[in-house]
Amino acid sequence: MAHTETHEKTLADKILERTGVDVRECYQCGKCTAGCPMVQFMDLTPSQVMRLVQIGDREAVQTLLSSQTLWSCVGCLTCTQRCPKDLDPAAVMDALREIAYQEGLVPDAQRNVLKFHQAFLKTVEHTGRMSEVPLTALYKTLSRDFFSDVLLAPAMLLRGKLPLVPRVIGGRKEVRRIFKRCLDPERPDRADEETQEDRP
Amino acid sequence: MTTPIGYYPGCSLHGTGRELDQSIRALAEVAGVDLREIKDWNCCGATAAHSLNHDLAVALPYRTLALAEDQGLAEVLAPCAACFSRLKGTAVRLARDPKLAQKMTEITERPYRGTVRILSIIEFINRLLDAGLEAKLTHPLGGLKVAPYYGCLLARGEDIVDDDPEQPSGMERALVAAGCEVVPWNFAVECCGGGLSMSKTEAVLDLSDAILSDAEDAQADAIVTGCPMCHSNLDMRQRTINAAGRGPHDLPVVYLSEILGLAAGIEPERLGLDRHFVDAMRVAERMTERSA
Repeated sequence: MAHTETHEKTLADKILERTGVDVRECYQCGKCTAGCPMVQFMDLTPSQVMRLVQIGDREAVQTLLSSQTLWSCVGCLTCTQRCPKDLDPAAVMDALREIAYQEGLVPDAQRNVLKFHQAFLKTVEHTGRMSEVPLTALYKTLSRDFFSDVLLAPAMLLRGKLPLVPRVIGGRKEVRRIFKRCLDPERPDRADEETQEDRP
Repeated sequence: MTTPIGYYPGCSLHGTGRELDQSIRALAEVAGVDLREIKDWNCCGATAAHSLNHDLAVALPYRTLALAEDQGLAEVLAPCAACFSRLKGTAVRLARDPKLAQKMTEITERPYRGTVRILSIIEFINRLLDAGLEAKLTHPLGGLKVAPYYGCLLARGEDIVDDDPEQPSGMERALVAAGCEVVPWNFAVECCGGGLSMSKTEAVLDLSDAILSDAEDAQADAIVTGCPMCHSNLDMRQRTINAAGRGPHDLPVVYLSEILGLAAGIEPERLGLDRHFVDAMRVAERMTERSA
């Protein structure tokens, strides 16, 4: 550990720390890419993601963290299941996505995926559970995507699948505290949300 | 009096996945199993939490596990495939990583000794069959051809799913016992697009269209699933898939618990079969009373 002070953590180090996966062991067989159902919607294939983490220079990191791929991964675990080196590329995607989010590097084309995740978590943070109506309302407000799926609403109502009263749990304050402890309030992507923190 | 089994419906089962909740509860009643909903459970965090925050993705399921333990529940059924994967995945990681467990105890201010076992819908139904449900399946479905669809989270996840990840077979015993014919098909473990349903709808329509097409090619009368996200993508969005110029499809998508419920002679409305977007009541028409 003598060189700790001068040694800057590589992206591979950070991922190893967060996930226990040592991406340097990937030998680029391409099996993750071959089985990925979302690869047609990605700019980098899963095996290219693994390779760029290995390269890890400034340009590679920049390409990775701003890629569309991180937001197209649906977490189906096919890559993880099939990796002959047991490297869990899905966990690597999660870690990279989290880093990209923390560093504010989400590409414009993927804002909606981020907005959906944020709306989902916001709903849970305030009530303890996800409810369709507040989630959809918040997502539409954040994404400004007001028109998609609106035709589904009446049909859902008719089938009793769109409860209008949000589900709220007794321990919602406790859940809010858990959120506070997990999400670093110093983070820039949370700054605009601080005012809502103590809403009843 | 049998030991009660804990119940974690998860958020979807109170809304879009209502039929799953209805059919699970009705089936448990017929089987004489005491399902006890965990008091004050919270959302598992789903895809959103593990996409954006590592700690949250563990802390949210942790609180529910701690509640279940505190309420004396040794086993908990999580019928939603995503909730199951998050809850059991968390339990497995906590057991492997005492430092993580310690951190979670601090974040949530709740102790958890790791005593809770999480059951998937498939494990639960197989358990009911072992406990005598098979003899109560008095209304077999007359050779209804079904394509068992495991999707992602009832097939994959090391140490989470106890089945063959590429060729799972956990649903087959129940389906055969319910009088169905299981058709061989290629998309049993393919992904439907899951949690990107609202934010990347185009991709979801593509993937779900391929799944429906393959089930149709295999001559299936219905797809059987255990996941409310797969269900909404394949059932609720089926019309949208058709409207986008694909298909056209007209294939019922039913929950494993609905199939078993029908075979147990439970009225289709009680199971929620009338709540589907693609008519699923036609599946109920296949019920045939077994002569004594």
